[in-house]
Amino acid sequence: MNTSPALTIPALESVYDALATAIDQAGPEKAELFLVKLALLNANALADPALFAEHIGRALQDL
Amino acid sequence: MHQPANQPRPSIYYDYQVFDAWLPGATPPGRTPVVIAGAGPVGLTAALELARHGVPCVLLEAEQQLSEGSRAIVFTRRSMEILQQVGVAQRVSAHGLPWRFGNSWYRGQRVYRLEAPHDADDRFFPMINLQQQYLEQYLVEAVLAEPLIELRWGNKVVGVTQQERHVEVGVDTPAGPYTQPADWLVASDGARSAIRSLLKLKLEGASYEGRFVIADIRIALPLPTERQAFFDPDWNPGNTVLLHREPHGIWRVDYQLPAGETPEEALKPEAMRARINALLAQIGHADKPWEMDWCSVYSARNLTLPDYLHGRTLFMGDAAHLLPIFGVRGANTGFQDAQSLAWHLAMVVKGLAQAGYLANYSRERVGAAREIIEEAGKSTRFMTPPSRGFRLLRDAVLSLSLTQEFVRPLYHWRTSRPHEYTHSALNSSGDDNALFQAGPGHGAPPQNIRLGPDDYLLDHVGGGFDLLYFTDGSAIPAPLLQVVNAWRARGLALHIHAVGPGHPVTGADQTLPDTLGHLRQRYGVPASGAAYLLRPDQHVCARWMTLDATRLQAALKTALGQQESS
Repeated sequence: MNTSPALTIPALESVYDALATAIDQAGPEKAELFLVKLALLNANALADPALFAEHIGRALQDL
Repeated sequence: MHQPANQPRPSIYYDYQVFDAWLPGATPPGRTPVVIAGAGPVGLTAALELARHGVPCVLLEAEQQLSEGSRAIVFTRRSMEILQQVGVAQRVSAHGLPWRFGNSWYRGQRVYRLEAPHDADDRFFPMINLQQQYLEQYLVEAVLAEPLIELRWGNKVVGVTQQERHVEVGVDTPAGPYTQPADWLVASDGARSAIRSLLKLKLEGASYEGRFVIADIRIALPLPTERQAFFDPDWNPGNTVLLHREPHGIWRVDYQLPAGETPEEALKPEAMRARINALLAQIGHADKPWEMDWCSVYSARNLTLPDYLHGRTLFMGDAAHLLPIFGVRGANTGFQDAQSLAWHLAMVVKGLAQAGYLANYSRERVGAAREIIEEAGKSTRFMTPPSRGFRLLRDAVLSLSLTQEFVRPLYHWRTSRPHEYTHSALNSSGDDNALFQAGPGHGAPPQNIRLGPDDYLLDHVGGGFDLLYFTDGSAIPAPLLQVVNAWRARGLALHIHAVGPGHPVTGADQTLPDTLGHLRQRYGVPASGAAYLLRPDQHVCARWMTLDATRLQAALKTALGQQESS
């Protein structure tokens, strides 16, 4: 189904740790701002508004 | 009894003149083709443009003097082109401050610089700053010199009774009321339009919470004529502050009110002084003395009437729509309304079009307002975020913009631009629009062309339809002239401009020399015999690679709202 490149398990683990550490580093007051900045940087790298909208949809599930 | 203020308004740079109120006589005034309510810049422009088409009007103004404070201070190129049509652009150019750069600042860093394009073929700068009183003064002086316009100061519209074929306008004056009958009433009575209320009409759209203080101060700032926008300054966290230069050493400061603060609190002298001092300190000019001229509070609103034609009453300007001031959309949209309304109405009053033609004015200008609202909404959501989500995104962009180039265009301040009537019912269906590779297409505003020193294409057009006929020959073909002359005999103003040769062309009203082919190139004209038909607002309604009499006749019928048989 998903033919786009995906993270290997070690890479996913490394992203997991890096993101968790960065959220802690930003602190509770700035974590949200940090995550929005990150999302915008990723969206720009993705360069695909439809795919980004799909990601928004998936992330909104099961909150 | 209506008693307008008869003491000159206070100002540290403008001497207000109080005009005598017009008082009704013993005999009631006779019927007039057009009454315009409101002598602001938009009403004055419409009156002048109507007069240019030969239509007389009565212009009613509730006040006895020009408007208080500088109000609209930034006029766009298209506004200047319209003001040129009514004869005051030269005076605005002589006194105004032209500009084309805007700067957005965050944490002391310039994160975006707007450079508005300035084509070598344009006579006017993208923007020019001038206090509204001066523009109104120039327009009033032009109106007073125009015998077809009767300007009545101190006359306030208090009643509207619509009949099938005319309207009774109830007017109050310092000497009591009277009734002015008219074929048509034009409501140009501003954001708090009394006529809109009298007809019980509702504006549609969103009203944002963002409120701004607007203040004019006199101060000697060594800054160029550029727009400055400061985001999230220390002294007004999370909010936006704007700075514009005006003539006579006046600077316009706009700043958003902190959440929860009332306009009354914000306008207290000590609150204003503290914030203006904080802004001056922020930009390194805390040492400069300053004095206040005028201040007010406005809200960022984004509303329009869904229809500008109601019986015998037409709406334009702020009476028709309320648009956010970011992007200078208020007065600049109003001038386009005024120009459009005036020529549509003139065609009806002169019997060249049916009354239903006015629905086209409404369709085109409501369409323009909706487009502006859509555009303006984007700026408004950035300048005054309406929710937590929008605020987070805006703050993320501010933060990223210090280092990340890709977000900086979000600072772009979408400025007012003329609407293209691409799908107007007045566009010709049988022309060659689709064959052109360049030049303004169906419904587009004209592209100005520099013809020589202090000589531009738009200096030569207006006051009716204009046919630009591109030719190498020495005469306009007789069949075309026959069509043109038949329309002229019915009262249509239609001018032929022969473009191309350096020699006069028989049958043309004038010849525009284009010996280097520059105009032909920019208008996408490859060969002799092509033509453009401009409406009285200079927007294109037909263009042909090779014009013939049949297609010219068809285009003119379509442009006047008459059924085209083919």
